[in-house]
Amino acid sequence: MEDLVMYLTVFVLAMFVGFEVITKVPPTLHTPLMSGANAISGITIVGALIAAGSQHSSLTTIMGLTALIFATINVVGGFLVTHRMLEMFRRKD
Amino acid sequence: MEKTLVNIAYLISASLFIFGLKNLSHPRTAVRGNILGALGMFIAVIVTLLDKRIVDFSLIIAGLIIGALIGTVLALKVQMTAMPQLVAIFNGFGGGASTLVAGSALFGSATESLPYDFMTATVASALIGSVTFFGSLIAFGKLQGLIKERPIRYSGEQLVKASVAGITLVLGYFLITTPEMKFLFWAIVLLSSVLGILLTIAIGGADMPVVIALLNSYSGLAASATGFVLGNNALIISGSLVGASGIILTNLMCKAMNRSLTNVLFGGFGEVAKTEDDIYEGKVKATSPEEVALLLEGARRVVIVPGYGMAVAQAQYPVRDLFNLLESRGIEVEFGIHPVAGRMPGHMNVLLAEVDIPYEKMKELEEINPTFEQTDVVIVIGANDVVNPLSQTDPKSPIAGMPVLEVWKAKTVIVIKRSLSPGFAGIPNPLFAMDNTMMLFADAKKAVQEIVNALKES
Repeated sequence: MEDLVMYLTVFVLAMFVGFEVITKVPPTLHTPLMSGANAISGITIVGALIAAGSQHSSLTTIMGLTALIFATINVVGGFLVTHRMLEMFRRKD
Repeated sequence: MEKTLVNIAYLISASLFIFGLKNLSHPRTAVRGNILGALGMFIAVIVTLLDKRIVDFSLIIAGLIIGALIGTVLALKVQMTAMPQLVAIFNGFGGGASTLVAGSALFGSATESLPYDFMTATVASALIGSVTFFGSLIAFGKLQGLIKERPIRYSGEQLVKASVAGITLVLGYFLITTPEMKFLFWAIVLLSSVLGILLTIAIGGADMPVVIALLNSYSGLAASATGFVLGNNALIISGSLVGASGIILTNLMCKAMNRSLTNVLFGGFGEVAKTEDDIYEGKVKATSPEEVALLLEGARRVVIVPGYGMAVAQAQYPVRDLFNLLESRGIEVEFGIHPVAGRMPGHMNVLLAEVDIPYEKMKELEEINPTFEQTDVVIVIGANDVVNPLSQTDPKSPIAGMPVLEVWKAKTVIVIKRSLSPGFAGIPNPLFAMDNTMMLFADAKKAVQEIVNALKES
């Protein structure tokens, strides 16, 4: 139970940080913000790696592998496409 | 590697994500921000690979390669106009991955009596992740034109959704209290998937900005829930950040339409197109590209208002030519961008950035509205509801109170549109019949191209 409270604390505090940081993003960058944030939510890749590699059972391995592919698409695609968009905004400088 | 070291590395990753997002506050620093985020992710992955729990690397390498290949191809091939559906599908993958990881942790746990907190987080992850995955697939289908964009509505709709949600929660409760019944996990995934589909098919095309923002938020919350399952702070923090980002954007989009989230998700909006031809009768003036060119030549300040129609027609390229031509003649040109123009937040800005329009020229609603009175010509390209004066004059209108671009205050308004058909809200637009408005009935791309040609010839 103590663990849960600690995790909840982290969750809520991170939420506040998120609100603070993200309200400062100008509307012009809202699409890259979404794709970039989306890539960050691909952090679940960390769990997918362990699930795919820990060989508990074939079921967990298959689930882990599928999750790994999904999350990798999310992470790699997300950061790349965000980069592509942000370069477009920058090159006029 | 030591567990403490791993956790410190995760903390560094999470901090890099926060720095990355912070750098997104300006176009100049945004590229660096994104790279910081990617670096954070890279550190997290490397550290995890060194974790002793991983015994077999062959599958992992295969998975990483497959995922990276698909992700790279999607990211490099996608057209900017198709960005909403790409983000939608990425959201879905994130949500799906979170559910699968939580499930894998559940089925991989040997203990038959699992603690409540672990089980609650697993159920939350299964529910949110599955809704995100299937909701995103439907959103993708709608945006890609694979499924009709029109909202699908039926009688007893809310009851059906409420029942599915209710049963899912009851099953969730059973799974939490009796963790031996692990198979319930699949039932929850199945029902949540149905729920994701039901929630999204009921939403029409122009409400997609809200839906994508909301799914974005869900994908973050799903990652957070999975973080609770695994007891991993990196997931909790990152998921929470993304959840916050999605909530902020959802809120902004709803405000930009003066509608509540409940109304967008469950309200009937845009399902019936009312025809009220009489407000147009004999008052609509059509114009030609040549006439528009003449007007532009005499203008000192021009504002271009793009809408989803510009994206559909791929008109951003001739719009760039028009912009450059006018600027080279000393005419001040700015873009007035409504928050819900397009199919996702900031959609129009990306299209304009793609064709090298400087971001200083893209003005928000609050910035551009006071300038219309000093504007000689406004060109509305493929936008409708966001320039509808009914929002201010008719309190009974479905868009009453919605902040709009007050283009009618300019000397002349040119509306490029194929016909007088109503926009998503299904209501007529009195702007088209105003004295200072002229309609250029044509495909947006062709029309702008012809204006450019006419300007060059003169």
